[in-house]
Amino acid sequence: MDAAGLSWGRMVVTTDKIWQLLESVSDPEIPVLTVLDMGIVREVKSFGDGVEVVITPTYSGCPAMKSIEFSIIAELEANGIHPVKVTTVLSPSWTTDWMSEEGRKKLKVYGIAPPIPGTNAKRIEALFSEAPQPECPHCGAKNTKLVSQFGSTACKALYQCQDCKEPFDYFKCH
Amino acid sequence: MQHSGKSPDTCYLIPATNMNQSLINYTLQIADNNLILGQRLSEWCGHAPELEIDIALTNIALDLIGQSRNLYQYAAELEGKGRSEDDIAYLRDSSRYRNVLLVEQPNEDFAYTIARQFFFDVYNHLFYQELTKSKDERLAEIAEKSLKEINYHIRFSSEWMIRLGDGTKLSHEKIQTAVDDLWDFIGEMTLLNDTDREMLSNGIGVDLNKIRPLYFQKVKEILAEATLNIPVEEPFQKGGKNGIHSEFLGHLLAEMQWMQRAYPGAEW
Repeated sequence: MDAAGLSWGRMVVTTDKIWQLLESVSDPEIPVLTVLDMGIVREVKSFGDGVEVVITPTYSGCPAMKSIEFSIIAELEANGIHPVKVTTVLSPSWTTDWMSEEGRKKLKVYGIAPPIPGTNAKRIEALFSEAPQPECPHCGAKNTKLVSQFGSTACKALYQCQDCKEPFDYFKCH
Repeated sequence: MQHSGKSPDTCYLIPATNMNQSLINYTLQIADNNLILGQRLSEWCGHAPELEIDIALTNIALDLIGQSRNLYQYAAELEGKGRSEDDIAYLRDSSRYRNVLLVEQPNEDFAYTIARQFFFDVYNHLFYQELTKSKDERLAEIAEKSLKEINYHIRFSSEWMIRLGDGTKLSHEKIQTAVDDLWDFIGEMTLLNDTDREMLSNGIGVDLNKIRPLYFQKVKEILAEATLNIPVEEPFQKGGKNGIHSEFLGHLLAEMQWMQRAYPGAEW
């Protein structure tokens, strides 16, 4: 084992290199985002002769976790890293605060309004309270309206722009 | 509701002879509520009164089933016999299920579905808040994760209770009927069985006695805001947590389990 990284036979790979490789693993439900943009990769460490990647789900029922696990293994193995183990942890629980700045920009360009920090639904007493007002990712208008707290995936809410009338997804602050 | 002539304290479940088994039983008791309600809500997929509601109900189902998976995985690890989460979910008979009677009640109409969801969400929110303080680290972690999702559920169901109750004459009548009919089942959630008592004494389980007054306070507060009549508090049906279920659970399991029963170990 090299002090500077992990070694496989003649090959020496640093954890930095593995983080770099993970930049090309995308989220299957929002393909413009990488797993790093989403903030779901928590740790990369050596594991026996191989490497362990620790991930955390966005929501408990996220159906993409298995697919993400396979994609990570496939990407690293394609680059000669073997064996790869992917471990899932639940704590600390995922938050949109871990989403990268780059990821937020990419979301908006893709047509999904990025999460507005500090607007997570902590106060359950606040029934019928005002929902956060994301800018319309299509026309940029601020005049938008919540249609439903639940959208096309667990992590999104459904909105409609009151100016251009287009519906859009908002990535919920979680 | 059938009690099969047995006294409410009869237990169909295998008694726990050690601490590990008690913890497994407790984990299953929590997980089964989530799975069964998740399965019930899934029945709405493609049938809800509006597209947004269809999406909302199935999103909530997904959260609940995801939470139950985390718990079943833990139970399977504790058991250490090489069984998987799927074996536990798909290969147990109804008398081995520990969910409360409320969650297995049929969907009936949208009002019943919302009332059932509301009665459960208020409990679940209080329960998981307490479970985050459990001495069992894994249960505490699962609770912390789940709680963030339940915040959305309880707002959804509470708002719909108020909308329907304080809505039209027809919506008011329908939700009142659902409240009256389902009321019989809400007491069981905060009644302790042997597993609850043992886990509470070990600092792992939630103190349901502490939750009970908070539960009824919250439920009554929302019912009042929804301009609905509050039924009398007792007596309540119970038995689900001890494996004594209504006739509805068997039908639900038949639909949920038939594939794994017909083709054991099937994967795709």
